[in-house]
Amino acid sequence: MLNVGKIEEGFVLDHIGAGKSLSIYHHLQLDKLDCTVAIIKNAKSNKMGKKDILKVECDINTLDLDVLAFIDHNITVNVIKDGEIVAKKELVLPKEIKNVIKCKNPRCITSIEQELPHIFVLADEEKEIYRCKYCEEKYDERLE
Amino acid sequence: MRHLMNPLDFTVEELDSLFDLANDIEKNPAKYAHACEGKKLATCFYEPSTHTRLSFESAMLSLGGQVLGFSDAGSSSASKGESVSDTIRVISCFADICAMRHPKEGAPMVAAEKSSIPVINAGDGGHQHPTQTLTDLLTIRSLKGQLGNFTVGLCGDLKFGRTVHSLINALVRYPNIHFIFISPPELRVPDYITDMLQERNISYEEVIRLEDCISKLDLLYMTRVQRERFFNEEDYVRLKDFYILNKAKMELAKDNMLILHPLPRVNEISVEVDDDPRAVYFKQVQYGVYVRMALILTLLGITCE
Repeated sequence: MLNVGKIEEGFVLDHIGAGKSLSIYHHLQLDKLDCTVAIIKNAKSNKMGKKDILKVECDINTLDLDVLAFIDHNITVNVIKDGEIVAKKELVLPKEIKNVIKCKNPRCITSIEQELPHIFVLADEEKEIYRCKYCEEKYDERLE
Repeated sequence: MRHLMNPLDFTVEELDSLFDLANDIEKNPAKYAHACEGKKLATCFYEPSTHTRLSFESAMLSLGGQVLGFSDAGSSSASKGESVSDTIRVISCFADICAMRHPKEGAPMVAAEKSSIPVINAGDGGHQHPTQTLTDLLTIRSLKGQLGNFTVGLCGDLKFGRTVHSLINALVRYPNIHFIFISPPELRVPDYITDMLQERNISYEEVIRLEDCISKLDLLYMTRVQRERFFNEEDYVRLKDFYILNKAKMELAKDNMLILHPLPRVNEISVEVDDDPRAVYFKQVQYGVYVRMALILTLLGITCE
């Protein structure tokens, strides 16, 4: 059994799909934060069989939870303060995401315009469909 | 400040006001002949489109305004690598309103975000061409007296035709429309359109031959069927005549059915149909000028009493 210590302040992201934690690590830009991060892969889970967990020791205002919700809104976000869980955050699909995914439509203006951000807007909440703000091309692949 | 990117940017009520204005312009052109005096329209066309550009220019000139612009990317600063964002900021200093055609989808929206003057999307790749849709709606409303309670046939290339997709999206906002999609199986209307119609409980049918349904139609919207869209030559040869409108097919149609076409036409409407009073595709071009005049006035906030 692997033991990872408690954190004082930060987040525990639980119920991440097995193998997806590294992708989340990069999209949350945790590599740019100077803080302790524990990446636990393939932990046993009653609910999911196997799951990943991320523990991040950081100021609780620093994480972009919109990005997390876009990647997988079923992830449980536990907010930790003074070593205790003080809140569980519910993830809701963000209305707009900026520079997380790129428009793959070769006819889209984002393919040639310098420094234009790649913005996707939530077009259908029920079906979780995001469309490029500019060309309206559907993004239907979840992040690998 | 308002722009026009998508035909659905305007509500049904706003479109009604726009079309009322266009009809008033049609009846009283002299009243509007000086409405835009001292104003300039920039036509920024990154790819050639003679009809659309000249229609915009004619609209502005008929309002007493002036026009400037470029008609292909080669004669613009884009050939030197200038971004759309920079170009529109420069154009904003030269003109009061801009109509932009661009081969890249969403380019006019990028322009609108940086512009200090109203931007009209004059066609962006295969994405939107809102002033064509406004033209189609104004033509129908003016000649039929309303925008609902029709059986509408759309014929030809329904898969790639953006004018068809935009028109369907615009018409579903009006009551009691029944669609008949007439196309070869290869060029059927995309699933996302039929899904949307099912979700909204709007009736439609799909047929292969125009003769099989033309007698039911109140409106027939014709588009080109291009040879290169077919998988093989035999299919093209076998199917192409189904989508050519001629006098014989017109004999099966209602006396008050209207034929629309976004033009240019190649051979899908035989010239023998042109003299039929139901053929309104050249009137449609005239309505295109009126609706662009109404649009320029509306976006510039100019009213004529």
